[in-house]
Amino acid sequence: MSAPALIARGVDKRFGSLVVAKDIEITLPQGVRYALIGPNGAGKTTLINLMTGMLRPDAGGIFLGDEEITRLEPDARVKRGLVRTFQINTLFARLNALESVALAVCERRGIAGQWWKPLPAYRDAVDEAYDILASLMLANDCYRMTRELAYGQQRLLEIALALATKPKVLLLDEPAAGVPRDESTELFSAIANLSQDITVLFIEHDMNLVFRFASRIIVMVGGHILVEGTPQEISADPRVREVYLGGVHHG
Amino acid sequence: MTAASATPTAPHVYLEAQTRWRVFEIVFWLATLVPLVVFPSYLVLASQIAITALFALSLDLILGYAGIVSLGHAAFFGFGAYTAGLIAKAGWGEPLSGLVIAAIASGLLGYLASFIISRFRHLALIMITLGLGLLLAEAANSASWLTGGADGLQGIKMWRLLGYFTFDLYGYAAYTYSLVTLFLVFLVARRLIQSPFGLSLRGIRENAVRMPAIGAPSRAHIRKIYTISAAMAGIAGALLAQTTETVSLEALGFPRSADVLVILILGGAGHLYGGLIGAIIYMIARDQLSGLNPQYWYFWIGLLLIAVVTFLPNGILGGLAQLASRWRGAS
Amino acid sequence: MMMSVFGVLFDGFAYGMLLFLLSVGLSVTLGMMNFVNLAHCSFAMIGGYVTVTLMSQAGWPFFATLPLAFLVAALVSIVLERLLYRRLYRATELDQSLLTIGIVFVSIAAAAYIYGTVQQPVQLPSYLRGSFHVMGLTLGVYRLFLIGISLMITLILIGALEYTRFGAQVRAAVDNQRMARGLGINVDRAFAISFALGSGLAGLGGALAVEIVGLDPAFALTYLVYVLIVVSVGGLGSIAGSFAAATLLGISDMAGKYYFPELGAFLIYLVMVGLLMWRPAGLFGRR
Repeated sequence: MSAPALIARGVDKRFGSLVVAKDIEITLPQGVRYALIGPNGAGKTTLINLMTGMLRPDAGGIFLGDEEITRLEPDARVKRGLVRTFQINTLFARLNALESVALAVCERRGIAGQWWKPLPAYRDAVDEAYDILASLMLANDCYRMTRELAYGQQRLLEIALALATKPKVLLLDEPAAGVPRDESTELFSAIANLSQDITVLFIEHDMNLVFRFASRIIVMVGGHILVEGTPQEISADPRVREVYLGGVHHG
Repeated sequence: MTAASATPTAPHVYLEAQTRWRVFEIVFWLATLVPLVVFPSYLVLASQIAITALFALSLDLILGYAGIVSLGHAAFFGFGAYTAGLIAKAGWGEPLSGLVIAAIASGLLGYLASFIISRFRHLALIMITLGLGLLLAEAANSASWLTGGADGLQGIKMWRLLGYFTFDLYGYAAYTYSLVTLFLVFLVARRLIQSPFGLSLRGIRENAVRMPAIGAPSRAHIRKIYTISAAMAGIAGALLAQTTETVSLEALGFPRSADVLVILILGGAGHLYGGLIGAIIYMIARDQLSGLNPQYWYFWIGLLLIAVVTFLPNGILGGLAQLASRWRGAS
Repeated sequence: MMMSVFGVLFDGFAYGMLLFLLSVGLSVTLGMMNFVNLAHCSFAMIGGYVTVTLMSQAGWPFFATLPLAFLVAALVSIVLERLLYRRLYRATELDQSLLTIGIVFVSIAAAAYIYGTVQQPVQLPSYLRGSFHVMGLTLGVYRLFLIGISLMITLILIGALEYTRFGAQVRAAVDNQRMARGLGINVDRAFAISFALGSGLAGLGGALAVEIVGLDPAFALTYLVYVLIVVSVGGLGSIAGSFAAATLLGISDMAGKYYFPELGAFLIYLVMVGLLMWRPAGLFGRR
């Protein structure tokens, strides 16, 4: 068996007296689909920030495959295949969809520093960007500015940007956040169609998504991991039900 | 024509259409030849405009495209001016080589400064650019043995350009020299903006947080464009030194940094032509109103700034672009 | 005659207190709303001109002009806030900088038009002139007065921040604007009040500054740099930070002028850039 795709070992983080992560142990085997759930404020997005390098842990380590990446800058981690999407759309407002994805493709291909030839001269990169958008049903609107796209399309663009980096491990932060039921089909199929080579960890409050896609669920509360198990085990676990009695608001 | 057509344009076709020379661009550059024929008495002013336009273009690259707010860009303008002036004063009055050396020197200074600049954002960045600009101006003031201090550099004597043209009071050589330099640098800037690198700069401007998340080395990109911009500003400064055969401290000072900022904002940042348009309007206005007490000039500039920011935040070109898209949408 | 070390420290501290009064308002409003108000020293300038005008045209005693310097500066700031600043709360730093630079230019031109560009003289009342000689040390009376007023105002500010409800709202808004709004605090109103108070304090500082550094239309720009240094070095939203940074800057500037006059302001700018690089959020800053 090959090394796990991503490991977080003994990760701690606090802001003053506020503990946001305590002794986090997570192992993601290759190609799995795991869900990370928990009430608001449990520290789920913080954990993603710690894994991707936007925050430095006070203790513990992050490992991608065989390599320890705890000291690496965020963009270096992306180059090694660890990619995330954002819970709140973090897009390039005045670039159109094609330009946005093309930018990500160019960065991945290492040609974003080239300043002598115009962008269309890099036909392969441009076509690749277009194909990614097409796979997410965004091809018809690819020349529209990001800020003019519908909210659901913007969520898809979030994923498109991540896919353009050819991730090995993909951390999706509430991909369905704010997307109304009738617009979420494309989103669901986008996630379903993710290649089996990609290891996925997604944060979600939408239990439909969680039970449909996740093979294993990790529950986080107050900065530490409460329990981890299959969907059947988790839904039967009394501690989890107690945590959720306080009310996670489903869309 | 709505966006719901049957087959959308192929991506590379669309992008190629974006890079084509527009009609107004060709008209613009042809129009720059007009002063040579129709307004020969204004050629000195025209070359000043060309120099200022080049300086504004250099600021546009970092401000309009990469989103770096600098209150101290005159540092590179002045550094280029003093370099070119000192080379000539030392006896080497050949213009073109002096220009190249000034560009390299300013670029080098920009490269060094970029290591600091690229690490900061928001208010700290504004403050640091202001501080670095003030530092250089103070240093130039103190080092009067080198810079001539408040009296400026004296004794600059330029040789003939290409062995033939002299910089005389008629201004033909000066304007042609400045205009050609402006155009060549503009071509470089235009290519840069339309390249993948230009796209990454706009990415930094639009969402600096997203960039590392797609694997972009933002700091390296910023260092690169800052260096290029500094070299361009240095070229503008060198042009000033060579065509007027003087250099003074005001080439480095805060008022010059503030002026070029006003010019760029007036014309509209991020449109490549904004600095050029702004320079034309600003310099012509200043020339026409030159009888005015400098105090009052700044009164009107202040009001203009307030008006532009409140009513036309994207400058003239931005406002025109909005009008154009609304017109296109309606038809 | 060589100034004693104590003399430099005393004069530097007094100068620092002046800088503190000029800067504290900007520090708090920047910390609360991140609004880049480069016109802050225009309000200081207004205060200075109010004092000078009242004294020379209307024959008012010096002390009586001080509250008016505060009030007029505060009033002008309220008008500007209503008319212009309010529109740009969500704008970019660039736009805010440009708007307020525009206001600075207008204020400088207006001052030059009304008063001319000469230095304005101010006649201090006799009991504020001269100096005390205590234990072999020379203490200028006016500087002592300046230090006294500043310390008193500092105590009032700290007291207000710590012990009043308004102060608690200000502290919450500086700490985390979004949460403060979520808690029901009217951040916009708290900001408007802080802005008026801060500008008023700047006006008072401007009035007090005339005797120490003089007054001419360029004041709005010249001292802006110093104020920005104090604010960025001290940390946004921190009164203690402004106090420390202003003291540091005042003493360094005085020391620089006496011991290294050839360097001019070079040292100050170098210190600022260096400190900002080491601590971009300021010595006491949060972000």
